[in-house]
Amino acid sequence: MSAVFAADIPYWGQSLLRALGGAVAVLLPAGTIVYVFLFKLMSFMQSRLGPMEAGPYGSMQLFAEVGKWLQKEDLYPDRADRFLFKSAPLVVLLSTFMLVVAVPFGPDAIFTNFDNGVLYVLAVSSISVLGILMAGWASANKYSLLGGLRAAGQLIAYELPMVLAVVGVVIQAGTMNMQTIVVKQNAGSIFGWDGIGNPYILTQFVGFLVFMIAVQAELTQAPFDMPIAESELVAGYMTEYSGFRFLIFFIAEFATAGVFSLLASTMFLGGWGLPWSWFNWGSLDEVHNVMNVVGPLIMVTKMMLVAFIIMWARFSYPRFREDQLQKFAWKFLIPVALGNIAVTSILKVAF
Amino acid sequence: MLAASGLVAQNIAFGIVALIMIVGALRVVTTKNVVHAALWLVLVLAGAAAQYLILSAEFVAITQVLVYIGAVTVLFLFGTMLTRAQLGRATDLNNKNWALGIPVALLLLGTLVYVLIDSFHAEKLVDDPKDVPNVTTQQISDSIFRPYLVPFWALSFVLLAALIGAIVLARKD
Repeated sequence: MSAVFAADIPYWGQSLLRALGGAVAVLLPAGTIVYVFLFKLMSFMQSRLGPMEAGPYGSMQLFAEVGKWLQKEDLYPDRADRFLFKSAPLVVLLSTFMLVVAVPFGPDAIFTNFDNGVLYVLAVSSISVLGILMAGWASANKYSLLGGLRAAGQLIAYELPMVLAVVGVVIQAGTMNMQTIVVKQNAGSIFGWDGIGNPYILTQFVGFLVFMIAVQAELTQAPFDMPIAESELVAGYMTEYSGFRFLIFFIAEFATAGVFSLLASTMFLGGWGLPWSWFNWGSLDEVHNVMNVVGPLIMVTKMMLVAFIIMWARFSYPRFREDQLQKFAWKFLIPVALGNIAVTSILKVAF
Repeated sequence: MLAASGLVAQNIAFGIVALIMIVGALRVVTTKNVVHAALWLVLVLAGAAAQYLILSAEFVAITQVLVYIGAVTVLFLFGTMLTRAQLGRATDLNNKNWALGIPVALLLLGTLVYVLIDSFHAEKLVDDPKDVPNVTTQQISDSIFRPYLVPFWALSFVLLAALIGAIVLARKD
């Protein structure tokens, strides 16, 4: 930690900056993904224009939508478990905020420098399941309960391939610290050639594919959207939610998409860094302070790229059946991820 | 009183978290709803994770969240919601044998207290926060996979046996 955060800012100021940064890092990607991909890209893929009236090219549509949701009455079913019903969306959003803490945005622009960053991410991402189960049960509605149960089964099944896919990266980097993983990718070289560093997407391509499929399922985006399958379960665990509680679920869904894209870019695409051979940087201390500003921009660019892939798959594929979903996770993704771990560790020892 | 005098903030945090955990643990057994009991249990387990963090055992804390909150309680909730989880108060939650639980719990408490005092009675906690040893994950993994490799394998074997046993019980064909 050098000039930007530590030197002249007191501890409470740093904490305030971190809280603000966290809010920005969660809300900004959510808004951008919803407008650019959900409103516009999806419309263009379906040969229509999407929102056009609010602001230039409909860019103010999001504010209109948020305003609409905030005005609605705070409804809950008569037989619902009030407290759990109200706190469930917050638990889901909490998990998103806890996730973003582990992502490094620059040499000093980090929230925490967890030694176990990767493990931490995998641990807190599973908290959202609790929120979803709470929502499904507390709604006192059989469609909600079914949706909640489907979501829990799906998230448990796909957490495993996600963990196993990341293990390949951890083995190759030799650390679970996110910042060190970024450093290793940018300072690395491919058989002595260091022109583009060594982004792990090249060596861990299988791991990247498994990770992205598992992320798609964790986000319950189509083709893995059985928990909220609108033709079968109305809206799954979100059926009874309206107004700003629905808005919180909605923000959490797309903010988590953004955060997982950030995580994928950190672990597989080189994170905030540029290849260090371009600037003759030797270690983390030599990296220019400018990277604290450029780094977040690079991260947002990579995030948009990964989020584009997630959304593209969402708009393109029809929904799986429930049994196909479970089979795909347990009988295909997990064996592939285990094989990837075995090959990675053999190659790690051999080279 | 609880730990060294140099660690005031840690002691206060320990007290607050411990209080939350005690209230949560009491509510687990007194609440009239299965799902509420499971969610109070989440609070207790999260409190344990927080205590590990206060003891600067980062790896153990994260594992606690990953295993107990992310997997065990989610499976509890999943199971109860699939079978019997009506909203509101349930009347038949107490088992006939609940009185037997009290001596068992006291016995367990006594054993734990005896073992802890017996093994740590002479050791003092460090006085200065700077002297707290910083155990990295690498050191933990080095000791698991070197001196403690055989116990680790034995534990994995037990877990594997439990897994296979579960499959055998579930498949009746």
